[in-house]
Amino acid sequence: MSTELALFIMLSTVAVASALGMLFSRNAVYAALFLILNFATVAVFYLILSAPFIALAQVTVYAGAIMVLFLFVIMLLGAEQTGRTPTVWWIQPLALVLGVILLIESAYLVFTQRGSLPNPEGVPALYGAPKLVGETLFTQYVLPFEVTSILLLVGMIGAIVLTQRKARGKMDDS
Amino acid sequence: MLLSEVAANGPQFFYLVPLVVLFPLIGLLINLIFGKRLSETIIGTVASTATVLALLVAVLLGISLVGHPEGAIVPVMTWIHIGELNIPWAFQVDSLSVTMMLVVAGVGALIHVYAVGYMHDDVRHHGDPSRYQRFFVFFNLFIVAMMILVSANNYLMLFIGWEGVGLCSYLLIGFWYDKGEGGIGNAIAGKKAFITNRIGDFGFLLAAFIMFVFFGTFTFEAVFEQAPEVASGAILAITLFMLLGVAGKSAQIPLYVWLPDAMAGPTPVSALIHAATMVTAGVYLVARSAPLYVLVPEAQNVVVWVGGLTALFAATIAVAQFDIKKVLAYSTISQLGFMVAAVGMGAFVAGIFHLVMHAFFKALLFLSAGSVIQGIERGAHHIEHDPALRKQAKDVHDLDPQDMRNMGGLRTRMKTTFWVYLIGALALAGIPPLAGFWSKDEILAEANIFNGWVYVLLTVAAVFTAFYMGRQVLMVFFGKPRTAATAHASESPNVMTVPLMILAGLTILAGTINLPGVHTFGHWLEQTMEENAHAGEFVIFVAALSTILAITALLLAYYLYYHRYKSMQDQPAAKRPDDPLRPILGPVFKLLENKYYIDELYSLVILNPYVKLSQFLADVIDWQFWHDWFHDVVIASTYNRLASFSSIQIDLGVIDGIANGLAKVTQSLAGQMRRLQTGYVRGYALSVFFGVVLILGYLMLR
Amino acid sequence: MLPVSYYIGLSAVLFTIGAVGVLIRRNAIVIFMSIELMLNAANLAFVSYARVHGAISGQIFVFFVMAVAAAEVAVGLALIVTIFNTKQSIDVDQMNALKG
Repeated sequence: MSTELALFIMLSTVAVASALGMLFSRNAVYAALFLILNFATVAVFYLILSAPFIALAQVTVYAGAIMVLFLFVIMLLGAEQTGRTPTVWWIQPLALVLGVILLIESAYLVFTQRGSLPNPEGVPALYGAPKLVGETLFTQYVLPFEVTSILLLVGMIGAIVLTQRKARGKMDDS
Repeated sequence: MLLSEVAANGPQFFYLVPLVVLFPLIGLLINLIFGKRLSETIIGTVASTATVLALLVAVLLGISLVGHPEGAIVPVMTWIHIGELNIPWAFQVDSLSVTMMLVVAGVGALIHVYAVGYMHDDVRHHGDPSRYQRFFVFFNLFIVAMMILVSANNYLMLFIGWEGVGLCSYLLIGFWYDKGEGGIGNAIAGKKAFITNRIGDFGFLLAAFIMFVFFGTFTFEAVFEQAPEVASGAILAITLFMLLGVAGKSAQIPLYVWLPDAMAGPTPVSALIHAATMVTAGVYLVARSAPLYVLVPEAQNVVVWVGGLTALFAATIAVAQFDIKKVLAYSTISQLGFMVAAVGMGAFVAGIFHLVMHAFFKALLFLSAGSVIQGIERGAHHIEHDPALRKQAKDVHDLDPQDMRNMGGLRTRMKTTFWVYLIGALALAGIPPLAGFWSKDEILAEANIFNGWVYVLLTVAAVFTAFYMGRQVLMVFFGKPRTAATAHASESPNVMTVPLMILAGLTILAGTINLPGVHTFGHWLEQTMEENAHAGEFVIFVAALSTILAITALLLAYYLYYHRYKSMQDQPAAKRPDDPLRPILGPVFKLLENKYYIDELYSLVILNPYVKLSQFLADVIDWQFWHDWFHDVVIASTYNRLASFSSIQIDLGVIDGIANGLAKVTQSLAGQMRRLQTGYVRGYALSVFFGVVLILGYLMLR
Repeated sequence: MLPVSYYIGLSAVLFTIGAVGVLIRRNAIVIFMSIELMLNAANLAFVSYARVHGAISGQIFVFFVMAVAAAEVAVGLALIVTIFNTKQSIDVDQMNALKG
């Protein structure tokens, strides 16, 4: 067993466990925290996969910003517990069944010839470095970049508009 | 002689023959179009002039024929040309047709002049002076039709004229269509004439059809040429069917019943149409078809017996009639029987000779009767307008001016009419040397040769003829006037009496055209009829016997109707018989007076069942079955049901059903589908997930 | 490096867990978090394959995914807050006003 494999097994266990934890925990805050753990694990995976910029972007953006936002909203809304008996009782068993099936399918697909790829020889220089990422981003992918920035702007405006108080909403409805 | 020289060397006038039809046609058109604005005199003059001009043309044709006996055929236009059948409208100028033309135009012209005066009084008597124009239009139309009939060169053209005269007869009999018994009596008489004639026409048409089948043509020349080769059965059929037509037109048994009723028309109509011309068309037809008749002796026999029986039958009825015109009508039927018998037995010259003579004296008799009738009407009118007289005579209004029982003693009051009437009556009775004697005698002589029984039949008929004419003359003109109107009767104006005198002159002299031994007329007709126009022998025995019998009959009439009548007047009025013969003959007289009840018999056996049949067909078959049941129930209700089925079941049910159904299906489908929209996000997500799983599975297992 | 199928397998597992989480949980915020988990799994797959081919485009794509996810979260949470203002609850089962 190589170091890589051991590391992989360890990290994947953590990732899956935290994911399951998020899934099954009753408390929303606990779910959020589990998710943060999951993101951190995935960030480590990114590092293994020669994507340092992405790993840190993951930690910063995902775990640091998005999950914090989640936590804010959870706090804001009181994160109450939801009721015990769902109205449609058969969704949960069915979803689990379907999930199992999906797992089996994806396992089959991944571990047969179709999902596998030959091992890579090596990676080009500066692969994964922020410098390369930035270069590519601003030359090849500059248009999506700009569009994404507009998207973020729209998102911001949308969020502000949506959460305005009703009084202001009434004034704007003239 | 000068005339024949002129004729032989002079110009031919054959090409003028269309004018005999054209002149009366122009006269009729002038009167028709302008008549309303013209005065009575002008209308009458136009009509009479047209006929006189036709007469002149006929005379010219006659003169031309003397020099050129072969005659001519003058075509005017092609009428029918279909395949092999070619029927032109062509005029045949030969001695037979010119004879008829002269009779028609001559007697016609005289009667036209007479009618100018007669109708002047008649329209005032009936109260409608505006009808004067109508009379002369129809009168000229008759001349047109009759001329077409006698001048035709083929059977179909002859039929056109045949039908035309039948039409004019109908129009003129029913001239006073709103008068007569019950307001429509005259119209009914006209209808009776037309329908009876039609039955005869049916026979004529059948003959024509058979002729077409066997001969392929209608032209006289062609038919007579082919006749000897054609099957005798066909010719027998043709001749017998033609006899039916003759019986209709010339009033023989069994179709004579229309002629007495036709006396409902004005007297000039009776004179021209029902004495001199139209009724002789049948005799002309037989004479013209002589080549056909001589080929079938059986048909000739039938014709002779029909004619002979009719002669006797009608003569017996005439003895017991009281209406002055009815006596003359039955006399006409009887004389036509003589003529038909004559041409039937092959004595065509005798027949046509008698036709011409009869035209003269019968027209004379009818016109004189008209004069008598108008004289009495004048007397009645005179009484009406004289208050002093009116108190004495109370029965003036209901007086029937035609009933001989109301006449009497007119000899002194209407002298001219008396003398001409006497001449006509004696001619009809067959007293030499007047016209009737020569012609009737020739017929009797021929009959003697042909068949003894026919001779006896005709002789007895002649005796009756003399008797009833004597009776009539005595009842009308002798004795004392039996009513006030008769006592005040006055003579007719000159416009009426002058034609009478001309006719009387013709009656006296006309016999000379065929004196025995000379046979001018016979030779004249020979040109047309060749071997069929054989000269009649003059048998002195026959002539003497017939004269003696006629004089005996007249004496008998004198005894009964002069002496016995006078002694009858002494009896009280209530028990006095109106006729000396009534107590002698008793029920036989009643039988004769009612015309052997033939009209009633026809009504019972033919007319009533026919009317019932047509009512049955009309009411039951046409209305109840066809209209009510078939149309309404079968067709209309089936259609209604079909329509309602289409509209309710198909249109509303199926089509609207489809349209509405589509909407309903959509609605229910939408209602069902709506349930998919649960609003549960998780449900939606599940279905997405499910789809993913499926697709992956499919891709995996592929 | 390990065979890429391992990483992909892990990505698949995480994805499935996220999908099941969307279906099972009734708390809207937790559902959102599950969606983020799914996005994350996809990112992992991207990066793995980018590493295999040596193409930097995969990482660029992950960059974009992250940016979009951020925007999406912002808007989505704003929505949830708004809904909570109205319904006083964030149970998705109670948000069935769009039902037919």
